[in-house]
Amino acid sequence: MRHHLILRVITKLIVPPILLFALYVQFHGDYSPGGGFQAGVIFAAALILFGIVFGLRKVKRVLPPWLVIRLAAFGVLLYGGTGVVSLFVGKAFLDYSALAAYPKDGQHYGIIAVELGVGIAVATVMVAIYYAFASRPPRINDEDW
Amino acid sequence: MATPASSAVLTFTEHLPLLAVAVPLLTAPFCVLFGNRNIAWLLAGLASIASCLFSLHLLLQVIDGDIISYHLGGWAPPLGIEYRIDAANAFVLFLISGISSIVIPYARRSIAHEIRLASQTLFYCCYLLCFAGLLGVVATGDAFNVFVFLEISSLSTYVLIAMGAERDKRALTAAYDYLIMGTIGATFFVIGIGFLYMATGTLNMADMAVRIADLEGNRTVQAGFAFVVVGMGLKAAIYPMHLWLPRAYTFAPSVVTVFLAATATKAAIYVLMRFMFSVYQPSFMFETHTLTWIIIPLAVLAMFAASLIAVFQQDLKRLLAYSSVAQVGYMILGIGLLNVTGLTASIIHLFNHGITKGALFMVTGAFVMRKGSSFCDNLAGLGKQMPITSGAFVISGLSLIGVPGTAGFISKWLLVTSALEKGWWWMAILIVGSSLLAIIYVWKIVEILYFKEAPEGNTAKEVPYSMLIPMWVLASVCIISGIDTDLTYAAAKAAADGLLGAGVVR
Repeated sequence: MRHHLILRVITKLIVPPILLFALYVQFHGDYSPGGGFQAGVIFAAALILFGIVFGLRKVKRVLPPWLVIRLAAFGVLLYGGTGVVSLFVGKAFLDYSALAAYPKDGQHYGIIAVELGVGIAVATVMVAIYYAFASRPPRINDEDW
Repeated sequence: MATPASSAVLTFTEHLPLLAVAVPLLTAPFCVLFGNRNIAWLLAGLASIASCLFSLHLLLQVIDGDIISYHLGGWAPPLGIEYRIDAANAFVLFLISGISSIVIPYARRSIAHEIRLASQTLFYCCYLLCFAGLLGVVATGDAFNVFVFLEISSLSTYVLIAMGAERDKRALTAAYDYLIMGTIGATFFVIGIGFLYMATGTLNMADMAVRIADLEGNRTVQAGFAFVVVGMGLKAAIYPMHLWLPRAYTFAPSVVTVFLAATATKAAIYVLMRFMFSVYQPSFMFETHTLTWIIIPLAVLAMFAASLIAVFQQDLKRLLAYSSVAQVGYMILGIGLLNVTGLTASIIHLFNHGITKGALFMVTGAFVMRKGSSFCDNLAGLGKQMPITSGAFVISGLSLIGVPGTAGFISKWLLVTSALEKGWWWMAILIVGSSLLAIIYVWKIVEILYFKEAPEGNTAKEVPYSMLIPMWVLASVCIISGIDTDLTYAAAKAAADGLLGAGVVR
């Protein structure tokens, strides 16, 4: 992609706004359309775009594969962990009312934590899928057997 | 936003229905975070044992016909998701978590032998997800939640099967086959739930059952039934929909085959029972007709055709896989007979077949470890070289046939009794007749093991104790539950009463 000057410049311009928009969708998910799934996919889209234009090697320096799968696991744990917290105060699993003095606040905090977990997991899983496909060795041609 | 209704403080015991599922589910990401295969193995073992203890506790609580209901997030059903534990699913939960607790110690050496180092941590993560998914399918009382957990277990199963590719590349196509068939099955199932939701406006199974009671003639409800039965039938490998199973079982890593054969189809059959008896009512004409004219013929076909195919197999894993298809036939036959004895037979056979097939596939895994494959030609003379392993094969093989004194006998006895209760003496003959086919294929292997001379210079030593002990634990459970049927029979009877009792709301 070295010779595609326009693509490279546009990508550099567009990646930060995409990331920012992902965070907006993430943290306004409880007021407006959006939430963890959408935000995660948008976030991953920025990284994948970066990878396509500047090469797999560079994007892997930003987000190394070992970190990707650990972040994915962390996202799931953040979701599950939020549910487990309520067990300790004698409420049912995922009962966010337990998270604050007022149940309404608790529901609010709970959904933000859970959506963040979803966002992290979705973004990293999308990136992991991209890595898996992009890192495949090139196909063997019929003549090379 | 309304606040959740419940405000009482819950105790540890009251959380058990959730913990049995959530502990393995949340242990899986920990395996990845630590990134060490030994820690992952240890965590998987601890999670399985914890889950098994929780399930046993639940089973003992509900065996007298009580029902435990757990409200996720404190939202009361039918709006919220409910985990609803009665004798039927507590028994299946106990089977799945018990098998897992025995499989994990066995897995360590077998996995070290069959899967490359780098993938072993992820193997245990996938295994735990599959395990948690199956538990969730069984524990939940919410129809859509069944689908979600079904997908969790299925997706991880596809990965687990594909991991066999390091031994045999055909595992990839086997996993792909299963992915296509399994996705079609899950889609059909969710379409069925969609129809039910359209007709009843609820996703809670208990609530559905109440609202469905006077909707017998409703086409939407009937179509929903067809979709649910076909979808789950694919997952349970009911005879003409079994094509994914032999390939998946043959090429998956041995441990995966042990676990899937003992639990996965069982969970699917449990869901079938739940929908046929708790959600729909067996008194519905369309259901009675389906069971009598479609399910029973298919069951008989499975018993004979699949056993006959098994007789001619040259690979022990594939032989046992076809035998599993035949055994699923017995289970759905018990459902189709539509009386308490039949259903008891079916549920007890879930358990008995689970432990029997588990033991048999563990033996196969041991042969694979020492011989590189489970082709019949490679097994010649192993009876002398690996006497302890081969002994376990003989015992569990007897249980597979249904010889008196073994677990298999109990389920077949109940099945025959149930057929006779209906006055279907010819069915009793068919059940005994198909068991004769089981004698042929089990004997075929026993003959190869004990009466064929090993090729010159071909020696094999016993597998490590970590594999022998789990194998023999399962083999002895085959004998124990064939002689002392108190727990299994009481649980299966309570489960059948509960399922049929719930069906007679009117």
